[in-house]
Amino acid sequence: MREQLANIRQEALKAIRSANAAAALDQVRVQYLGKKGELTAVLKQMGKLPAEERPVIGQMANEVREALTNAIAEQSKALAETALNLKLAAETVDVTIPGQRTALGHKHPLSIVIDEITDIFTGMGFQVAEGPEIELAEYNFTKLNTEEGHPGREWTDTFYISAGGDDPKNDAVLLRSQTSPMQVRVMEQQKPPIRIIAPGRVFRKDEADATHSPMFHQIEGLVVDKGITMADLKGTLNEVIRALYGPDSKTRFRPHHFPFTEPSCEVDVQCVECGGKGCSVCKGEGWIEILGAGMVHPKVLEGCGIDTEVYSGWAFGMGVERLAMRRFGIKDLRLIFENDVRFLEQF
Amino acid sequence: MKLSRKWLNEFVDCSSVSDKTFAEAMTISGSKVEVFTDLGAEFHNVVVGRVLSEERHPNSDHMWVLQVDVGEAEPVQICTGAWNVHVGDLVPVAKHKSTLPGGVKITRGKLRGVVSNGMLCGLSELGLEVRDFPYAVIRPAAILGDYHVLPGEKPSIPADIAPGHKIFGKVVAALVLSCEVTGYSTYALQLDLGDRLVDTTTHCPNIHTGDLVCYHTADDAVLGLDGLHAQQAEFPNCIPDGIFILNEDCRPGDDLPAVLGLDDHVVEFEITPNRPDCLSVIGLAREASATFHQPLRLHTPEVKGAGGSILDYADVDIEDGDLCPRYTGRLVRNVKIGPSPKWMRERLRASGVRPINNIVDITNYVMLEYGQPMHSFDFSCVDGHRIVVRRARPGEEIQTLDGTARALTESMLVIADEHKPVGVAGVMGGMNSEITEATRDVFFESANFNGVSIRKTALALGMRTEASGRYEKGLDPMNTLPAVQRACELVELLGCGEVADGVIDVVAREFTPTSLQLEPEKINRLLGTDIAEETMREILLSLGFTLDGDTVYVPSWRSDVEHYSDLAEEVARFYGYDNLPITLMRGETTRGGLSDKQKAEKELGQVCRGLGYSEILTYSFISPNDYNKIRMAEDDPRRQSVTILNPLGEDTSIMRTTSLPSLLETLARNHSHRNPTARLYELCRIYLPDEDGPLADERQVLSMGGYGDLDFFTFKGAVETILDALGIRNARYEACRDNPSYHPGRCARVLIDGKEIGVFGQIHPLVGKNYDVEQPMFAAELALEPLLAARRTEIIYRPLPKFPAVERDIAVVCDADVPVAQLEDCISRGGKGLVQEVRLFDIYTGKPIPEGKKSVAFSLRLRAEDHTLTDAEADADIRSILDLLEREWKAVLR
Repeated sequence: MREQLANIRQEALKAIRSANAAAALDQVRVQYLGKKGELTAVLKQMGKLPAEERPVIGQMANEVREALTNAIAEQSKALAETALNLKLAAETVDVTIPGQRTALGHKHPLSIVIDEITDIFTGMGFQVAEGPEIELAEYNFTKLNTEEGHPGREWTDTFYISAGGDDPKNDAVLLRSQTSPMQVRVMEQQKPPIRIIAPGRVFRKDEADATHSPMFHQIEGLVVDKGITMADLKGTLNEVIRALYGPDSKTRFRPHHFPFTEPSCEVDVQCVECGGKGCSVCKGEGWIEILGAGMVHPKVLEGCGIDTEVYSGWAFGMGVERLAMRRFGIKDLRLIFENDVRFLEQF
Repeated sequence: MKLSRKWLNEFVDCSSVSDKTFAEAMTISGSKVEVFTDLGAEFHNVVVGRVLSEERHPNSDHMWVLQVDVGEAEPVQICTGAWNVHVGDLVPVAKHKSTLPGGVKITRGKLRGVVSNGMLCGLSELGLEVRDFPYAVIRPAAILGDYHVLPGEKPSIPADIAPGHKIFGKVVAALVLSCEVTGYSTYALQLDLGDRLVDTTTHCPNIHTGDLVCYHTADDAVLGLDGLHAQQAEFPNCIPDGIFILNEDCRPGDDLPAVLGLDDHVVEFEITPNRPDCLSVIGLAREASATFHQPLRLHTPEVKGAGGSILDYADVDIEDGDLCPRYTGRLVRNVKIGPSPKWMRERLRASGVRPINNIVDITNYVMLEYGQPMHSFDFSCVDGHRIVVRRARPGEEIQTLDGTARALTESMLVIADEHKPVGVAGVMGGMNSEITEATRDVFFESANFNGVSIRKTALALGMRTEASGRYEKGLDPMNTLPAVQRACELVELLGCGEVADGVIDVVAREFTPTSLQLEPEKINRLLGTDIAEETMREILLSLGFTLDGDTVYVPSWRSDVEHYSDLAEEVARFYGYDNLPITLMRGETTRGGLSDKQKAEKELGQVCRGLGYSEILTYSFISPNDYNKIRMAEDDPRRQSVTILNPLGEDTSIMRTTSLPSLLETLARNHSHRNPTARLYELCRIYLPDEDGPLADERQVLSMGGYGDLDFFTFKGAVETILDALGIRNARYEACRDNPSYHPGRCARVLIDGKEIGVFGQIHPLVGKNYDVEQPMFAAELALEPLLAARRTEIIYRPLPKFPAVERDIAVVCDADVPVAQLEDCISRGGKGLVQEVRLFDIYTGKPIPEGKKSVAFSLRLRAEDHTLTDAEADADIRSILDLLEREWKAVLR
């Protein structure tokens, strides 16, 4: 019987190891360990053994059972692993095949620039003001120290909605030619401290070409508070330009003229292409004009009922299109309003 | 404004400053430099040469081989095709390896086998014209050897013509035996007339020994084309062109640009409209003087006068003192019109002004130097010798100097005599008083006019001139007298006329200088600086301001300065904007950031892009015809648009009341560009006329649309997702069959709380046709304000369900035209509060469903909040729902 058991063990282990599928392995298990299995059959003969041998053979049989059970479990695990590996191998895909994407829409390049500048200013405590595009001449010009007779008021330059009669104080209506009327609107509605920017559409009577458009965008900015100085203007705009053009960008403030600021300036940033040496991008000047700014003219403040003995302010205005065109290398302004999807998809 | 640096140096010495430094410093102090150019920069290796010998080219019948002294040890050999060069002439020589204007490079070469070490230059090759050097005009003789018979005509000169043969009248052929230069462009000739020899002189520079010329025996003159009454085609080489023979004080080897006055540097400024004083040499000199701390050397013109009082000849009357505050004039008699001297022409040219003649050049010179426009006119044409400055009379006309007849109106100021206008004040003179070669007496007008009036007149007449461009900015009323004095001083200097004694100076409005208080602490407070009062005073003084204690008197040429903030700018400019400190704002902090509405708009954009729609920006103005293109009803109130009075064109003449045309135009453009698909959105404004106020009712709209690979439900899904993203749960959709822009069966109104907030659907094929798009386009127009108002702003958490739900599917059969939304509504209402979700999953028509009916299948989820539903409870609810469906829509369980 010992011999029998040893044989079973040997044969069964061999059969287990050579079982190459779950079904075959199960067959082996049934063949040896099943109710009618060979090991079971041997054990059934235990009764015929002498009593003193029974525990010895019993133990031996148990050992064989345990060995076979373990071997089956081991082989089963190995088979499962192989089967999984085969399945995974069969499921292999070419990961370089493009996936199924959801087409995303794109932000318009002008919005990208406006949002970026808005983020910079809101981070500095500015709010965003909005106002009408169809505007009173009084707000667009008169209250901005641009009296009747100023060339900007001409019909050749500005689109008019109503003429307003002979009296210049009459409510002539126009398409705003600048975002600056927002300065007046905000000052009339809000008490200092004021810190706002006002991005928006403006209109001028220019035929559309590579550098002109009858409609374009500006961003206006206004600060009014006690003790605001031109040094503050420089400090804030320097920060803004650094945020836009990088921490090492150099700025230049040079005198200029706007009717509604005094002193006035234009702000240049050193040309990044040539580092100020002069190139085609900066037209040889080494500097690129970014915006116009200045201390709010006392006449404008007073016209809005702000006491100039207590308060002062500064303002700026910048053109969005030129900024975006330089930023993205767009050479023709018309592309911006053409809205061809092949253009839009690049942003 | 183009500034000659040579001219500038006369008033302030900046000669040691390089162009680049000059430009940078002037820009920083407020006079922005656009470009600077070295007038001679384009010349390299171009010198004066003297012709030593001249021989005919051995291999050419029209060329010469010259030996030219160019100031070097050995003369150089140069070949030329020009016929106006003679031994002894001083000529411009572009040597081997030289450069001429326009980047032309000259090198040694062979011309028909003969070496030429460079080139002789004509005016055009030097970038010049005869007006720059009037003495260099070439008047050629007709050379008989050059004669060509006109096609189809008999020869008027026989081929075998010989000396002495008569050509016509007293004109005979003559052989040149010798030709010698005796003066500038003056030649002594010995001629063989066949039967005799004569000696004569000529100014025709193209004659050489051996030529056969035409000689007028009575006039003793060699003839050109005019004298022969010949046509150019008969003598093709008889043209007023050739080498520029120099008549300058120079020697062989001298650098040509210096000889020609091209050794100047020109700086071009962008002058802002508030500083017309800087449109002059003196104005810029004053700025340069303050910028470089160099003294300003002004000159007071002195006029000797030639006797005879102007008051005996002329009278001036200002009728409208508001439009003409001051009129100053002087009279010059016995004028000799001719070219102005070289130095004056050089400066005019450097300033971008073409020289014309001495009198015109003087007025231009004074305008450039003083910034005061001047007008000169023929005084003999002034009837009654009385000048009246008045408004034009109704119906009056004038032919201006440009030859155009101009109809005048009463708003325009004219300079008139007793009967008629002789000029449009400050804009342009009249043809009837133009200076001509025959002019004897010239009146110099130096006046001050109202800027706005001049600008309006120039605009109305469509002629913005140099003078009007200056006047419109408002000029210095105190400048009229010095300017006219300077003009008369120049007349005397040039010797081109006799200045009558006395000046007419009519002042209709007295000038009072502006005075301001100097408040240094106020200025410092505005600038954020600590500039010493003394520094401020120095800056103001250097700019021509006068100070009396703390009172600042603004100079007459600075009408832009009227407030302490203007003084602050003057101080800041010369203290240096770059030297102002850099500080960050102190004071109360403000809470910045976007408003809730602005944040929501930003989010809305993100959602649209997430759905694959790209942002567009379209013009706010459209064409009235766009309403027809979208088939808007004739009586639709949205056809009432805000109209632009002065549009660029019909296409951009009204402000849109709907975003649809802008969207469709963009879709159509993409379609025509052969883009297979497009998905676009815009957050834009529409402009509705406002009955109650002067402005428009501007409303924001979410406009979106697309074509290509799109159907109604995909598009509707996008609209629904947008509403979902805003947390709007109560939106409803209703069929809209009457919007003429849309497909009547594929258009829906969007309602929130029963109120319509917009419409979307497939564009009507007839509209598509109007935009040349055949394939289906889809569009949505949603009013932004109600959309954002309906958005969910507050979120309150609801506990997750504790009890399981029961799923039940039902399919009902009803009339085919019953809207699914109505069935869903029944389901929601019909239950007893257990239905939590209704989901449509199938619509079926066809067998076995009867004709005109449809089967609609829904999946329902029912749940009770407080216990597990029993089948009986769910069944009861479903039964109740089915009852309602049947009652209201005759929909029965399938």
